Amino acid sequence: MIRPSRNHPGFWAFVAHRVSGVALALFLPLHFLALGLALESDAALDRFLSAADNPVFKIAEWGLVVLLTVHLCAGLRVMALEFLPWRDSRKGLIGLGAVTAVAVGAIFLLRVG
Amino acid sequence: MTAARDERERLSVEVWRGRDEGRFETFAVPHRANQTVLDVVTWIQRHAAPALAYRFACRVGVCGSCAMTVNGRPRWTCRTHVSKVAGADRRLRIEPLRNLPRIKDLAVDLTPFFEKWQRAQGRFTPTRNRADPLAPVSPESPARKAADAGIECINCAVCHAACDVVGWDPDYLGPAALNRAWTLVNDERDGDRRGVLQAAAAGGGCHSCHTHGSCVEHCPVGLNPTAGIAGLKRRSLLDLVGSGLP
Amino acid sequence: MSPARLYLLQRATALILAPLVLVHLGLILIAVEGGLTAAEILGRTRGSVGWAAFYGLFVLAAAIHAPIGLRNVIHEHTSWRGRSLGFATIALGLLLAGLGARAVIAVVAVP
Ligand code: SF4
Ligand code: SF4
Ligand code: FES
Repeated sequence: MIRPSRNHPGFWAFVAHRVSGVALALFLPLHFLALGLALESDAALDRFLSAADNPVFKIAEWGLVVLLTVHLCAGLRVMALEFLPWRDSRKGLIGLGAVTAVAVGAIFLLRVG
Repeated sequence: MTAARDERERLSVEVWRGRDEGRFETFAVPHRANQTVLDVVTWIQRHAAPALAYRFACRVGVCGSCAMTVNGRPRWTCRTHVSKVAGADRRLRIEPLRNLPRIKDLAVDLTPFFEKWQRAQGRFTPTRNRADPLAPVSPESPARKAADAGIECINCAVCHAACDVVGWDPDYLGPAALNRAWTLVNDERDGDRRGVLQAAAAGGGCHSCHTHGSCVEHCPVGLNPTAGIAGLKRRSLLDLVGSGLP
Repeated sequence: MSPARLYLLQRATALILAPLVLVHLGLILIAVEGGLTAAEILGRTRGSVGWAAFYGLFVLAAAIHAPIGLRNVIHEHTSWRGRSLGFATIALGLLLAGLGARAVIAVVAVP
């Protein structure tokens, strides 16, 4: 069970920022390796892209797009709190970030489908 | 008075007994109007468990000595009303503060907390003596306003107990010490503001904070250590590019 | 490196990455329609100085940003400290920069 002292929007924004950050950092080398296939030949990249054209990969891609948006929004929130002259915690920013991530995820699904 | 009524007027209070090893002991404590959590603990110590160890002094929210974990959250118990924290089931669970070594029952050792204040150079360095005239300080200056915003800290360690980074990184100075450092960095009478800034920006200092604000959520006097720590981060960048601030 | 310097690098790269990520996200949302093909990706990027600069900067900033972030996570959640953690951070940065540069070359160089 979540500790009561942690159950506030700022903590959840932190968790989202951290989890998305670690996931993206682990994904990055794989992303680079996949693109590097174009060094071999265009066909090699195409083979990878068509192999990736299945539901499992699509869900993973969707997840990465959402995580990237989450990490971007959470990071912007942290920098806004650190560098802009606000004294309150601007919890609205967290909601805004969550809505943005959901919207980007939805657009991705609509376009891919 | 019927037995059922009597049931309803009792709080069921679980209190941590022991040190790191220990157990919860449950007490039935009469529920009164306007009762604070500290009143409950005191009732237990007076009527049920004379050996119960806990700490308090002022009982009016000034000394900062009565903080405990109440139903999972760190709180100043002398100003926390039972009606605010006990649900309809009238249960309380009282534990020592987190992130500090336990001594016995509800008392923790605050030594590491105050050592971190010193490591953050959370002490005033005077530039005048009693023979000098008073320093003129404009209450309207931005620096003084920043200092004033953080000055009412009562050293209760509630924020220290609420902060996850304090729990994860034993070196982290924590919100209270850094908040204090921020007030000094903004105090134009302090003789070593750069020293304070550098102490607060060293390893385990302001840059370890994640801006997630558990300290702000829990500070009983409504301070915002996160904002002060953000100020320290900004100042440390200015100091890095050598603008000689403050 | 002092905490202040690491913090500066982390925030500076974040500020660079923010607009780049926005463009990247926009591009993904446009490009996924109808599936991805090598011809489509490479047709856009090959021989383009602009995209080379865009992705080059992206890779460089990410190769600094990600290792510092991971270092903080490791510092807080494990007992790994000290010089070896510092070296591992730098090694990861170099690895990401190398793989990233290779990927940029793969998509922008004209064969
Ligand atoms: S904002 Fe910083 S100091 Fe406050 S609880 Fe979070 S990490 Fe700790
Ligand atoms: S900043 Fe607030 S919570 Fe922290 S020690 Fe001071 S008064 Fe207590
Ligand atoms: S007893 Fe002094 S603050 Fe609670």
